[in-house]
Amino acid sequence: MPARPSDVRVDPFLDRILALCGASEVALVQILRSAQCQHGWLPPATISYLAARLGVPRARVEGVASFYSFLHLAPVGRYRVLFSDNITDRMAGSAALLLRLCKSLWLERGKTSEDALVSVETTSCTGMCDQAPALLVNNRAIPRLTPERIDEVAELIRTQVPESDWPASLFEVADNVRREDILLGARIEPGEALRAAVARGQQDALERASNDRSWRERMPSMPQGPALTLEEIKRSNLRGRGGAGFTTGLKWEACRSAPGKQHYVVCNADEGEPGTFKDRVLLACRPDLVIEGMTVCAYVIGATQGFLYLRGEYEHLVAPLRATLERRRAAGLLGTAIAGEAGFDFDIAIHVGAGAYVCGEESALIESLEGKRGIPRNRPPYPVTHGYLQRPTVVNNVETFAAAALIALKGGDWYRSVGTARSAGTKLLSVAGDCSRPGIYEYPFGVTVRQVLADCGAERAQAVQISGPSGICIDAREFDRRIGFEDLPTAGAFTVFDESRDMFEVARSYAQFFAHESCGFCTPCRVGTTLLRNIMDKLHDNKGSQYDLDRIGRLNQLLQASSHCGLGHTACNPLLDTLKRFRPAYERRLQSHDFAPAFDLDGALARARRMTGRDDAGAHFVPE
Amino acid sequence: MMDHAAIPSTFLLDGDSVPFAPGQTVMQAALAAGHYIPHLCYHPEFAPHGSCKVCTVRVDGHTAAACTMPAQPDLEVESNTESLNENRRTLVQMLFVEGNHFCPSCEKSGNCMLQAVAYDLGVLSADLDHFFPNRPVDASHPDILLDFNRCILCELCVRASDEVDGKHVFALAGRGLAKHLIVNAESGRLADTDIATDDKALDVCPVGVIIRKRVGFAVPIGKRRYDLRPISAQALDDAPRAPPLAAWKPR
Repeated sequence: MPARPSDVRVDPFLDRILALCGASEVALVQILRSAQCQHGWLPPATISYLAARLGVPRARVEGVASFYSFLHLAPVGRYRVLFSDNITDRMAGSAALLLRLCKSLWLERGKTSEDALVSVETTSCTGMCDQAPALLVNNRAIPRLTPERIDEVAELIRTQVPESDWPASLFEVADNVRREDILLGARIEPGEALRAAVARGQQDALERASNDRSWRERMPSMPQGPALTLEEIKRSNLRGRGGAGFTTGLKWEACRSAPGKQHYVVCNADEGEPGTFKDRVLLACRPDLVIEGMTVCAYVIGATQGFLYLRGEYEHLVAPLRATLERRRAAGLLGTAIAGEAGFDFDIAIHVGAGAYVCGEESALIESLEGKRGIPRNRPPYPVTHGYLQRPTVVNNVETFAAAALIALKGGDWYRSVGTARSAGTKLLSVAGDCSRPGIYEYPFGVTVRQVLADCGAERAQAVQISGPSGICIDAREFDRRIGFEDLPTAGAFTVFDESRDMFEVARSYAQFFAHESCGFCTPCRVGTTLLRNIMDKLHDNKGSQYDLDRIGRLNQLLQASSHCGLGHTACNPLLDTLKRFRPAYERRLQSHDFAPAFDLDGALARARRMTGRDDAGAHFVPE
Repeated sequence: MMDHAAIPSTFLLDGDSVPFAPGQTVMQAALAAGHYIPHLCYHPEFAPHGSCKVCTVRVDGHTAAACTMPAQPDLEVESNTESLNENRRTLVQMLFVEGNHFCPSCEKSGNCMLQAVAYDLGVLSADLDHFFPNRPVDASHPDILLDFNRCILCELCVRASDEVDGKHVFALAGRGLAKHLIVNAESGRLADTDIATDDKALDVCPVGVIIRKRVGFAVPIGKRRYDLRPISAQALDDAPRAPPLAAWKPR
């Protein structure tokens, strides 16, 4: 029978968490994250207790907990070590370092030690590609791994030093800003953009002496500020920086005019695309600009509540971001009557993710914010009308908000004068891989790939993966192509591969990534991404055939046509791109050009031969 | 000006005009008008959620799941085309290789939608490599067996238990290929839930996961639901019928 509250002994630790996070199903992901601190995992009794206290079925709580990689329903040890497994980590030698740590701790990868002290596994890209290889220990990032650092970590674990007492130098994350332009170069005082947005309305109101009714009843004075700020955003031609490139002004306008009193602003900082880390750097070194952009958005659409959805891998940013929010509250830039404008009330809560790439999709992100499994919703309706709690919601990328703050201050015309005709402004690129100066590069749109390669010190590049595995892979003949919506749209990842790299292995790592991160909701993506991974493994084992290469194309056609969201739509891209440009890397792995089975019939008979002591012709399978 | 209010809206499905009421999906309107669109996770009594994707159709050049696509006037919908049916065959094959399905020894054979849709689409083999997952059965309950090997993750039992039985016996857990059905008990055993043999959740499973014990062969194989008629005919009988619209002719 389902547990009733009266069946359960009171647990003060869990009750404190419920009081802190809010005892509501909406806060479930945050509650589970915190509850996990008690034992390092979530025992069945904890799930039952929380379900009873929240008044929801325990199976639903278990369903949510089991969806996220960083929530554990089985013991994982006091020290949970996860090696980042992006291709850039592999290229920097992460596999050998993982082995070194396992050997040093007498441990098998993926298994918790007998004494429940430690476990070592891999996880999807942790966004430290410019300082790879990296790992997470109990969700805290340790970048720039070397054999010496691995030995240091092993010793700290072996001597059971609490990770809060580990040397701070281990956890230092570099920003590596290599090129600044209008965004990173802007030195804006906190509140400057907000005051400009408010003043724009006041000035206009004085000029026109308008008595128009406010768009928002709660803001009777100076009603023109939000509308005029929206005009600037629209005039800027700013498009979303998270990958899809939707026009920001249109999104804000649609949300602003959507019916319903309560509107929400959500900042998508679930930066999970392998190879990208620019949102981490923005939040680390320009947090005020991002939060100011969110506040400008709240001003425009009439929201009082905002959320910053931070991926779990960036837990080290939580404390500094909270401090920034606190500082802004003290300065009157969050809270009530922001920037002195009566009725301009807005505040932001930080929601920390728990390891699920698919939550970067805006409707899955909203589901996760609501304490559910991160499954993308059926669209339409879109979040601008039916978002958080089915209310109008703007979801924008970190970089989009930062740019919006800049536009609120300096105007749309100024912004659109930078970049190209169809791609206004600048773009942050997360440059990593085979180059001597990896890090963040901000360029006006229209920059050539060749220029970026020259600036980052990539001398023998044979390929660049633009915008991560769901983007496009280009080869040396295409290095004159330009970053921008008209040619190479990108969410920011810019991963360089030099001539020594096997592009088949690059694609294979991406196939593994998609299979691991598929949410499993729809059949084509759930099964298809695993089929793709299996095909790549079969080719890797030199057992492939032309039949398998053709299968990739057929699966692509199916996934494009019937997947539920972008993850499935793009899952074949890295394979098809590399097949087209680096076909020999595939063909030299083919066993035959016709068909070869993955299953080795003769090999399967080996055990029987050993048992019977036979090794004659009749004990072998010989294909005809 | 002509008064259009009395004339129902229609869309085109494979060239035929299909009338629909406001709020209906393409699937609902099609079935009500006597047009079968292959499907597995759709059930006329529950809100659609569009996960199996077998009902994917082409609408004005794009693809969409017919069960979640709102019907709109003058849509041009293609369903019964070779390329869409080829996609459906692959999706059905995917479901076969993802689990462990052994039709000849399954007590649901003949009443199984997965099997029936496969036959109807002309699926002759699995074609893909089998995954052979390890999925232990749950025989803890005295009257009900759960054989997870056959689960296609349609969530119909979840929806039925939530919406009709009000018990929340079932839920989905895990992510990606590890997604699986769980029951609402700390022990993880069905016997420790409050499921009852007259629950709606028992009757909606389109495959052979939720099985009543001791009655599996009361109706012999060969005389079962989809042994008698193909699912493409049976599904039309199961769908709520639209009010008669035969008199109405397209403009």
